[in-house]
This record gives sequence, structure tokens and C-alpha cells, in this order.
Amino acid sequence: MNARSSAEGHNQPVADRSLIACLHCDLLQRLPELAPGASARCPRCNKELWRHREDSLNRTLALSLAAVVLYVIANAAPMLSLNAVGHHASTTVFGGALELWRDGREIVAGLVLWTAVVAPGLQIALMLAVVLGAHRDPVPRWVGTLLRHHPTARTWSMIEVMLVGVLVALIKIADYATVIPGRALFALGTLVFVFAGIQATFDARDVWERVEWAARPQPSAAADRLTEATS
Amino acid sequence: MSLGVPTAMQHGLQSCEGCGLLSRPAAGAEEGLCPRCDGELTFRKRDSLQRTWAYLIAAAVCYIPANVLPVLTTTTAAGSESDTILQGVVLLWSPTGWPLSLIVLFASIMIPSAKILALGYLLVTVQRGSVENNEQRIRLYRLVELIGRWSMVDVFVGAFTAALVQLQPLMSVSPAPGLFFFAAVVVLTMLAAESFDPRLIWDAASVREVRHG
Repeated sequence: MNARSSAEGHNQPVADRSLIACLHCDLLQRLPELAPGASARCPRCNKELWRHREDSLNRTLALSLAAVVLYVIANAAPMLSLNAVGHHASTTVFGGALELWRDGREIVAGLVLWTAVVAPGLQIALMLAVVLGAHRDPVPRWVGTLLRHHPTARTWSMIEVMLVGVLVALIKIADYATVIPGRALFALGTLVFVFAGIQATFDARDVWERVEWAARPQPSAAADRLTEATS
Repeated sequence: MSLGVPTAMQHGLQSCEGCGLLSRPAAGAEEGLCPRCDGELTFRKRDSLQRTWAYLIAAAVCYIPANVLPVLTTTTAAGSESDTILQGVVLLWSPTGWPLSLIVLFASIMIPSAKILALGYLLVTVQRGSVENNEQRIRLYRLVELIGRWSMVDVFVGAFTAALVQLQPLMSVSPAPGLFFFAAVVVLTMLAAESFDPRLIWDAASVREVRHG
């Protein structure tokens, strides 16, 4: 029972589900069945079309849970502290954004907050929700809605860039003060690797193949003349 | 053979950028909705060239104040001093600090300018209907997408230096106007890369092959 049907603007899916178009060059092609661990590339532009991940959901779930713990530490603990001539100061990730705000750079402060705190948090939360939802059968529709927005969060989540920025700041300040790296810095360093791990284990296609559709496909209608055209 | 290289668009099919599903819009329609994930579908990203040009020109305009204006102001008892991005690189150069100095030089000065030039080159070649160097051009586009985020390094350096060095009245560091323009360059070039549709690189070749095929 779907509220919307293809009559209200939904496209008609192609009958042959292995047929895809490369998102970087639009080449129409058939995606082969892949053994776990194998990958397929576009013959025209060499874009990786799909990499079949092994045991994707369980591994991604484990890594996402680790990411939650690290994220909490990274944002709660001090990241850098400083000792100079009897002064002591320390900052958290959030503190970096706050200081920009106080100095009247509200927009830059917002950008730092978005790329260093909000987007990484969203990235973890969306991934965790998707993986938990994908364990159900059938995979509920909201999983697809969340998964669709995950790439945006990933684009703007810049933990690894921030880490290099913090290291540069640390070296700069070390010239005239003693800088002590805090626990959050180590949590962030580990988080970078956990994010890389999630990217290496999560198989989006596996989830899309099982998700409940926004519109019921009409099996008969106009199926396509395409199968003959490409074979 | 009537068609050299079969593309989805030639067959009236749209692929979903969100979930990858291939589907056919209603007869005569240019736009549709993905039946699987409800994402909006078009044959090519909407107004890709115009939007990419707009972001790119805005980024090029911001690039000048980003490099000319100071990004950080250091206030000490002796007075205050402001540094631009390039001065920051020079200051960081030391027997121990030079690798980081190189990273900042690369991330803050080379990447933003290379990105603006690369996207400009891609836009111009697409508009002239070039069919050459397609493999190199798509690789260039992927490189722009991959390394673009690293220009944010200097924004973080500024933020955390300012957050930590608050030793009033001895010394304090605060962000200066250049930082805003620098951040704007990073965001605008990222949006430009996102608006560019790489499939446009290949469209001219597909059309030509149909004609001469």
C-alpha cells in the first residue's frame, strides 16, 4: 500500500535489474555478479561501480559503535592544553569554533562547527541507523531516506583535515609555549582510521537491493525495449 | 550499428545518483522521481555548467582577498602583527617544522588555485565540445573532488591557534578578515565541483560517434 504510484512522477524501473549506467560517464552496462571482495569498474571511464564487501553489515555495525565512543571522547575531552609563564589554557574541538564566534567570525565559526562536529556526528548517526535498520527484513523505507543523505554528511565531515590543522597549530605554538596534546586528539586520530574502515566495509548496494521501494514497481508496463538494444 | 557507445540518456533512461537505480521517466518528461529512493532524477545535473561557473567565479573573486588579507592577528605587549597565509607558511619553515610548512603551502596555496584552474579547464573544454583527453579529464575531475577538502587545513589552524593562545595580557591570537575569504574559497570550490556533471565530458564524444558511426 503505497501512497504514491509511478503515475505521480515516479519513473518506471528497467526490468533487468543488473543494468546500470556509470555515474561518471553514463555508459550503459550490465553489472556482473561479483564474489565477495571482488569489484567491477566502468570499461569507459574506470570508475569503480561496485565492490562487493564481505560481511558488510556486521563489520560496519562494529566500526560504527566504535566511532560513537570515539566521537563522544573526541568532543568531551580537552584536545590541546598549553602552559606558558604560569598560564594554563586548554581547548576542545567545540572551543575552536566558539573562539571564532567570540572574535566576530560567526560564519567561519559555523563552518568549523559544521565540518568538525556536526557533519562527522551526522555521518556516524546515519551510518549506525542505516546498518541497524538494514538488519531487518524487509529493510524499511526510512533506511533508504537516511542512506541517501549519508554522502553529503561524508563530504563535509573533515576530521582528518582538522587533525592536520591541529598538528600545524600545535607546532606553531610550541615555539613559545608548552603544548600538551589531550585525550581528544588521540580519539580523533583513531576516529580517522575507523572512518576509513567504515568506508572499506560498508556496501551501499547491498542495502539498496533489499530496501522497500518508494513506489511499487509496475511489473508489466512498458518494461523496456532496452534489453534488445544493448545485448 | 546505429549507436557507438550506448549511454543511458540515448536510451531515455536516468540513473539515480543516490541509489544507482536505472529507470525510465514518463513519456516526454525530462525529470522524474526515483521509484526506489524517491530522489529527484534528471538526465544531467540541472544547469550544471551555469552553476559551476557561478561558484567558480565567486571562488576566484574571493581568492584574492584570501591571499592578500591577513588571516591571523597576534597581539603582544610589544604591539600587534598580522600574518597572511603565505607569511604563515614562511613562519612555519624551520629545521623541524618544514614538512608541515610544505603541507600548508600545498593545501592552502597550491590546491585552491589548482582547483579553480582545473574546473575552469573542464568547463571550457565541455563547452567547446571537446572529444579529446576524456580519460585525463575525468581523472582530473576525480582529483579535484578528492583533494579539495584539504584546503580547509588553514581554517582549522586559525581556529585552534586562536582558541588556545589567549594569554592576556601577554599574548593573544585572533582571526583576521582573510580567514573568512579563505573559508569562502574552500566552500565555493567544493560546491563548484559538486555542481559539475562529469557525464558532460563524454557527451560530445557520444554525439559524434552517433553521427559518424
